[in-house]
Amino acid sequence: MSIAARFSLAYPAFTLDVNLQLPAQGITALFGPSGSGKTTLLRCIAGLEKVGNGHLIVNGECWQSGNFFLPVHRRALGYVFQEASLFPHLTVQGNLDYGAVRSRRHKTTKAPPADQRNIVELLGIGHLLQRKPERLSGGERQRVAIARALLAAPKLLLMDEPLAALDFERKREILPYLERLRDELDIPILYVSHAFDEVSRLANHLVLMSTGQAIASGSLSELTARLDLPLTQYPDAGVVIDATVGAYDPEYHLTRLDFPGGCVYAGLHEMPLGHRARILIHASDVSIALSEAVNSSIVNRLPAQIEAFAATHHPAHLLVRLNIGDAPDNPPPSTSVIARITRRSRDQLRLHQGQRVWVQIKTVALVE
Amino acid sequence: MLSPDDWSAIRLTLKLAGLTTALLLLIGTPIAWWLARTDSILKRPIGAIVTLPMVLPPTVLGFYLLVAMGPQGPVGRLTQALGIGLLPFTFAGLVIASILYSLPFAVQPIQQAFEAMGERPLEVAATLRASPLDAFFTVALPLARPGLITAAVMSFAHTIGEFGVVLMIGGNIPDKTRVVSVQIYDHVEALEFTQGHWLSGGLLVFSFCVLLVLYHFNPVTSRKAAS
Repeated sequence: MSIAARFSLAYPAFTLDVNLQLPAQGITALFGPSGSGKTTLLRCIAGLEKVGNGHLIVNGECWQSGNFFLPVHRRALGYVFQEASLFPHLTVQGNLDYGAVRSRRHKTTKAPPADQRNIVELLGIGHLLQRKPERLSGGERQRVAIARALLAAPKLLLMDEPLAALDFERKREILPYLERLRDELDIPILYVSHAFDEVSRLANHLVLMSTGQAIASGSLSELTARLDLPLTQYPDAGVVIDATVGAYDPEYHLTRLDFPGGCVYAGLHEMPLGHRARILIHASDVSIALSEAVNSSIVNRLPAQIEAFAATHHPAHLLVRLNIGDAPDNPPPSTSVIARITRRSRDQLRLHQGQRVWVQIKTVALVE
Repeated sequence: MLSPDDWSAIRLTLKLAGLTTALLLLIGTPIAWWLARTDSILKRPIGAIVTLPMVLPPTVLGFYLLVAMGPQGPVGRLTQALGIGLLPFTFAGLVIASILYSLPFAVQPIQQAFEAMGERPLEVAATLRASPLDAFFTVALPLARPGLITAAVMSFAHTIGEFGVVLMIGGNIPDKTRVVSVQIYDHVEALEFTQGHWLSGGLLVFSFCVLLVLYHFNPVTSRKAAS
């Protein structure tokens, strides 16, 4: 089960040239600055942008190849636009029915019809059904738009910056719903965003876009730990690690989060053992010591090996990628973190590649 | 007050305006749709032709129509060959002339409504499995409703107010082509000012009501689509 997409187009001021294999499960984020082509790529996949010589196979079904182009309305997809774009002449119920009725009638989907009660409840819009879109808040509109797309029984859900037009509060209102979609529905989602906080919270797989090209594609923890990508240049850059809850210390209210090669403690609300927890370790919260600083207040001290250095935009700083673990050349699966240190520290401590050191992690942020 | 002749003219006028409006909505909507969405190089020339009756003196339009539909004109030869006979000085000829004369008043509001809604609602409809035709009837037309209402009201009112074209094409035949505006002209010619007052006053009140209805349905052209 996968999505194979190959598109190239050249406008005078913009080119798109991608050849991607994407997993057909979970959330795949198309991430990059504005103008990097992520929305255009999404529109090409939907068929809203008609590109010659494109190639698109979704779960074994050909949507575009050579001269063949499946019209948008025959593709079993759902599309959520940046603005909710509800039909103003229909009620919420009318909007929800629009796609649901047609997907049943046309039999474009062999999937069983979406369960309206379930989806309405999932998005918490049951009390809005008789309203007109003009009487909804921005967050409510976007939730209705998501439900409308889901009720058309899509086999692929495309979301184009669904939170970008919303303020901080509305974003916080919708994010949990998106997490529920990811966890409770078995529909792959392609999610366009330029906000790292959304991506770090939602995505399983990440495609990094830059000037019309996909410069990297991989799991979120893999790409955030790479030094050669623009991800590390963000001020709040950090490594995303998918950990599991290993223990809880009721006396100090600390949760132990396990990941390949090590574990960290964090003061979180109590979670069931074995629960998946995604954590973000900011590069600015990681420091390096030559020996274990037992006289430090920092709880999380882990043995590690220096893998690589990279420059940052600021000449005073360096990024160091460290592989956590005390075994020689930690065998995979292992976990890496990135530390931001000064160049002076590197020279004074004479840090070099392959050296065994201790990393100290000041803060562990839970991202979901 | 109003003579049987006056009533006959009123009936004829309403019939002409109603028929013209219905036909204009049928003809004008596809033209407006095409003009609103095409990138063709023909867009500007066709748009100009559609707008022409707005700036042309009605007598000029009526003159060319008379020539075209006359026995030597291309349309006249066609209608004769088809066994319909000649159209000038008939009600059918008047309907055709009225349609052409009011075409811009029907096309422009509808075109503006289609342009204002943009591409997005149709894209949304397509992603919800609606074919282009389906999307046209279930999304584009309902969203263009204010434009359609404006087009209908303007076509109706404009047809009721026409005079020059009617005189050129239809002449002044009672029960067939003598509409209210021509009847008023006849009254004035015959110095029947009382009769003229009644009909003119009626048209004045009617026109005022039409505009009132228009403003009621379209406060500031069209509602913003809730996005």
